[in-house]
Amino acid sequence: MPRTGRRQLITATVVVGTLTAAAACSDPSAGQDASGNTTITVALAANPQMKTAESLISDFEQKNPGIKVKFTTLPENDLRPAVTKDVATKAGQYDVAMIGSYEVPIWAKNGWIVPLDSYVSKDTAWDENDVLQPIKDIVSADGKLYAAPFYGSSSFLFYRKDLAKKAGVTIPQKPTWQQVAAAAAKLDDKKDGVSGICLRGLPGWGQNLASLTTVINTFGGRWFDEKWQPQLTSPATEKAVKFYVDLLRAHGQQDAAKDGWEGCLQQIAQGKTAMWYDDTVFAGSALQEATAQVKNNLGFAMAPVDQTKASGWLWSWGLGITQSSKHKDAAWKFISWATSKEYIKLAGTKAGWDSVPPGSRTSTYSIPQYQSAAKSYADLTLASINAANPKQPTVDPVPYTGVQYVQIPEFTDIGDYVSQQVAGAIAGTQSVQQALKKSQSYTESVVKKAGYLK
Amino acid sequence: MTTISQPAVPVKSPTRRGSWSRRAPLLPALVITLVLTQIPFALTIWYSLQHWNLLNPGHKGFAGLDNFRTTFGDDTFWKAIKNTVVLTGGATIASMLVGLVLAMLLQKKFPGRGIARTLAITPFFVMPVAVTLFWRSAMFDPSFGLLGWLTDSVGLPRVNWLSEQSMLSIIMITSWRWTPFAMLVLLAGLQALPDDQLEAARVDGANWWQQFRNVVLPHLRPFLELTALLLSMNIIQTFGEIALLTAGGPAFGTTNITYYVYLRAFNSFDFGTASAYGLVTLVLTIALALPALRLLSGIFQKEGRR
Repeated sequence: MPRTGRRQLITATVVVGTLTAAAACSDPSAGQDASGNTTITVALAANPQMKTAESLISDFEQKNPGIKVKFTTLPENDLRPAVTKDVATKAGQYDVAMIGSYEVPIWAKNGWIVPLDSYVSKDTAWDENDVLQPIKDIVSADGKLYAAPFYGSSSFLFYRKDLAKKAGVTIPQKPTWQQVAAAAAKLDDKKDGVSGICLRGLPGWGQNLASLTTVINTFGGRWFDEKWQPQLTSPATEKAVKFYVDLLRAHGQQDAAKDGWEGCLQQIAQGKTAMWYDDTVFAGSALQEATAQVKNNLGFAMAPVDQTKASGWLWSWGLGITQSSKHKDAAWKFISWATSKEYIKLAGTKAGWDSVPPGSRTSTYSIPQYQSAAKSYADLTLASINAANPKQPTVDPVPYTGVQYVQIPEFTDIGDYVSQQVAGAIAGTQSVQQALKKSQSYTESVVKKAGYLK
Repeated sequence: MTTISQPAVPVKSPTRRGSWSRRAPLLPALVITLVLTQIPFALTIWYSLQHWNLLNPGHKGFAGLDNFRTTFGDDTFWKAIKNTVVLTGGATIASMLVGLVLAMLLQKKFPGRGIARTLAITPFFVMPVAVTLFWRSAMFDPSFGLLGWLTDSVGLPRVNWLSEQSMLSIIMITSWRWTPFAMLVLLAGLQALPDDQLEAARVDGANWWQQFRNVVLPHLRPFLELTALLLSMNIIQTFGEIALLTAGGPAFGTTNITYYVYLRAFNSFDFGTASAYGLVTLVLTIALALPALRLLSGIFQKEGRR
């Protein structure tokens, strides 16, 4: 019997080892040359605008004979691990990677992506000065451009003009959160199944925490003080989180902890919510997917504020060249094509003006067709992007940059933990105080371990 | 294995050659399995002793047992273990109960039985992601989900399923998906039951419950054990439903170990501690898997004796 016992142990080890092995494996294949042609591999996030770019690639290949482009399109959440793993281990699978503005400075510091300045200065048609300055800033590090912005965005308020009129509510162009909360109470129509407001409740640093952090900023709260002491239990932060959670529980969408931006986009498009605070880039998608009734009555306003002048966030998806790429010149040619003025016109004519990547270039906003297609939100998008201030997003000074995130590598870890606790408060399984107390001690332990807090 | 117990001294060498000629064809498979599982396993052990956050390459270096200290001191990790036990136990028991009832019903002869059987198996063949997205809006949604209509019709208030009853929701969808599997195995078991035994019981005057309790259930026992084992081995790895429905929330209420290790490795990119979490999980799982595997081999031995 000890014989079988040992065999069972081995079997068990092998079986269970297989399960854990999956976590440790990495993708095997790497980019390679076809005979005569240069093939570059591009990793993209599977958002609507990027899918449009993928479908229009024949235009690029026509203009650049000899360069073939291979796409790896992944959902945002899978793109980040796949590309990070690749560049961090110098596996060299991707020549061009799409990265968010949160990653750019971290990757630049680690030497995973190369500065684009030398390419930009040679490529006059790309016209560096046409790129929106605030967006250019967040995809740069130490004064060097590290990613070419594919699109840029801020956050603002979506609302239904018809419902507001019916309820006798006016939403000003620059509302305060108190006005929005009062409007939500009036617009909340439980009988018709229309919620007053839709806000992100789903855990994730890029989900509920993005919206919530802008509220914390404008209520006078902050993530850290200048000495990196976490400020999550400070009265201002607590007031902001309590406001967010109370608003969501009283007049928000039902079952709020399950909805990220995807859920809210669906609800506004189907007329299930009267207001929605989210990314400016979804204005086009919301109008595209909306029922006729919603489409004709969707209005927009600046991100609601409390103590700051503006509170919109700032985000960009950019295209960068990996350090490990063997075809950097070809890679730049692709980036230059995908982020050029011509591409925006091409996408507009071929795929429709709602699927144009917004918020990257000034010239986009002077294209007549775009102006008429996006007249309800184009100017507000531009104004929101220009009003956002990632260097000083809060009332009190902070040691970090970033509006809806903290620009440190440890933030994904901290953010996920805190967003889980906040989701718990939204779901009602714990109080805001409990959620923040746990968040505070977790954050403190992480920044201590990482050496920020002495 | 009977050859081993024979007094085999004179015939030793032919037996060995014979056993090797029998075993050799299995060797490539064994080697591949070992390479594919044990090398990553060894690497995981190595990683677990390192400080290695992908986003922070400057801090790389030997960590000793730091990562394990983090693991044991992490409340969320223990919560994830508790969630895994609740989820695996709950979904396994629910799948087996419903599966048994369905198997008993579908074993009876009735017109359209083939169609009914096919329909009952279907959930198992639909892609988990598609199922999850469907349940998200068509079942759980408080305003237009089917479950909301159900609670209305019995006079209960609407439930915010995924926020307030998140663990129950995950158990529901998981057991919905695995019930057909349980049903299949148990149905096969029921069909292996000789009719004459039940007939004998009926002749002896046993009522329905006595037949079930004293004839069917003892016969089904190995099948029930096998089902429980296979189900729990599969359900313990649940990932997609959690990622798509609740993202592990709220407040880590539905984070199981699989999802938590994923979060550590591919959201925080902290491969050092993620490896440590994986290893601790491995030890715990082996502790659970050993008795289960012993049970499994017992089942097969019993089958062999029959």
